[in-house]
Amino acid sequence: MATTGQEEFTLDTAAELAAEEGGGQKIEGKSPWVIAGRRLRRNRVALASFAVFILVVVCCLLAPVYVSHVSHIGVIDNRNDATVIVNGKPVRVISNSHTTIKNGIPTIVPGGIPIGPQYFAAGGKYILGADEEGRDIATRLLYGGRNSLFIGVTSAAVCTVLSVILALLAGYFGGIVDWIISRFFDLIWAFPVILLAIALGTALEVNGLHQGFHVFGKFIGLNLSGSSLWITVFVIAFVFVPYIGRPLRGQVLALRNREFIEAATAQGAGSPRIMFTELLPNIASSVLVLFTLIVANAILTEVGLSFLGAGVRIPNPSWGTMIEEGQSSLATAPQISLFAGIAIMITVLAINIFGDGLRDALDPRAKIRIEH
Amino acid sequence: MGAYIIRRIFGMLLVLLAVSFIVYLIFIVIPGGDPAQRIAGKVATPGNIRAIRHSLGLDQNFIFQWWHMLTLLFTAKLKSYANQTNVVDQIKQGLPITFSLSIGAAIIWMGFGILVGLISAVKAGRLSDRVITALALIGISLPVAWLGLVLRYFFAGEQGTLAWFPDGGYVALTQNPVQWFYHLLLPWFTLAVLFIGFYGRVLRSNILDTINEDFVRTAKAKGLTTRRILVKHVLRASLIPIVTLFGLDFASVLGGGAIITETVYQIHGVGWYAAQSIGSQDLPPLMGVTLFGAMFIVVFTLLVDLAYAWLDPRIRLT
Repeated sequence: MATTGQEEFTLDTAAELAAEEGGGQKIEGKSPWVIAGRRLRRNRVALASFAVFILVVVCCLLAPVYVSHVSHIGVIDNRNDATVIVNGKPVRVISNSHTTIKNGIPTIVPGGIPIGPQYFAAGGKYILGADEEGRDIATRLLYGGRNSLFIGVTSAAVCTVLSVILALLAGYFGGIVDWIISRFFDLIWAFPVILLAIALGTALEVNGLHQGFHVFGKFIGLNLSGSSLWITVFVIAFVFVPYIGRPLRGQVLALRNREFIEAATAQGAGSPRIMFTELLPNIASSVLVLFTLIVANAILTEVGLSFLGAGVRIPNPSWGTMIEEGQSSLATAPQISLFAGIAIMITVLAINIFGDGLRDALDPRAKIRIEH
Repeated sequence: MGAYIIRRIFGMLLVLLAVSFIVYLIFIVIPGGDPAQRIAGKVATPGNIRAIRHSLGLDQNFIFQWWHMLTLLFTAKLKSYANQTNVVDQIKQGLPITFSLSIGAAIIWMGFGILVGLISAVKAGRLSDRVITALALIGISLPVAWLGLVLRYFFAGEQGTLAWFPDGGYVALTQNPVQWFYHLLLPWFTLAVLFIGFYGRVLRSNILDTINEDFVRTAKAKGLTTRRILVKHVLRASLIPIVTLFGLDFASVLGGGAIITETVYQIHGVGWYAAQSIGSQDLPPLMGVTLFGAMFIVVFTLLVDLAYAWLDPRIRLT
């Protein structure tokens, strides 16, 4: 550790950092949310990250506009035999095998190699190149982003709602309810996350999920086909439940015996009311931070699942399936995997930085994190 | 203490039983999960399916079937539905490979994680802290599959721009230690990057918290050198939460968490075996690998709790 430069290090570093933050504004009479909002507004990096995330979302939502105005190639349009005009000359989207003379010896150059990134040379077509089916990568990147972001945000929302309810029930009622919910958390916790997700994903994608019952001839319940994105959403939401359920349960447990809960009980408030109007607002800041962390993790999990063939079903694009599709032709057409990974990195990084900023703003001393 | 451990071990066995039951449920009860139908293929007659069901014992009571599979697994007789290979043998074959991968990666992620955390905490607020913190954030934002592919593309194989490393594969340690190291270096880093970022961040915030503790002020007042305070007092206290994380992460990596890295680099360990079985929707190997992984996780969870109580005497095991 000789290289850490101890002479510059002061034991008051943290205190100095905390002092810098004061800002001199009055905090009397302001709600914690207002103070947190003020702190967040001062955090330029976090705000910029949030802007980047919103930009990614907007770009992905505008995917149909991109297709109709720029690329003119639909998301699952195969162009195996097509040619495209690059700088006035026709070029095949997927190369043919041909013979060249190399050092006087005729050599066969194998075909099947998709066109690389053209940027603007092909008039908006194949800006980021083509994949092995001759599909436009930029288009698929935008449509895939829609799916990846949808899965990330929705599964985080489902997971958060489920975990919050379980944590409130366990922490508030205690006793046998707490025991059952805690054992449920333990059980899911004991699974290797990715294995459980893959097993669930694979099994559900065979025939879809059809669970529910008929009431007066109407079907109530889930009726999902095997290729539905919702299957991936539920799988990811399910495997992450103990990772937020556990810390939240601990928080509720600690709040449970505080005076304000006693006061609410004395006023005659019922259990649901105490849980949702007294306890929930007190854990809301943690929930918010955990939600952003789960969004980031869910996007990454989708990649892992799709990579192993248990996530989004082809030809539906997602950032994960694009990485998987590019795996076999990495040497000849790296663009297939490369750009999807960069898109994920930018998005997840933005969410992570914003999540950090949010945590610092809401409660700088809170130790909220997701344990992998 | 003895009673505590016995109770925990009993609980662990129950959790493992429940885990195996859930895996069974996932593959049998969920509609479309009938293995006989899958084995028979798309053009099977009902007679075919019935015959396969009977030969696998699937026409018997559900609970009995599950118990039957567990007995087969624990007597090392369980065979794959897809290719009739022995599941326990296959896991045993993959074990040294997965261990090589996980242990090497763990050493790298602990070493670099501590280094990253220490440097960024000591330089808190300075440029070097910002740069390291940003790198750590990028590390936890990378999809492992993509990182593996990109590293392979740039640094391995004949096509690679800087082809310094072999393109996937594995050489046993007993066969050739140098080649073993050479083949595993990229996979180790691929697996470790996420954890380096994560541990570095956790350690940084732990150190910054610990620095404000009273015992650090006492140490400073005693006239100890900054370096001594940092290493002997601050770092030691800050590492306690890392022990918890490390135990759990290491267990999950051993128990199948390395599945993506093993798939990317074509390393035929336990995770790769699981990935192959998923492709063919083969229940017995998945049951074997999941139980194997869950076993590591529950055992390490207990070890972590014990280590935690030992490191921090304020914690009482109940």
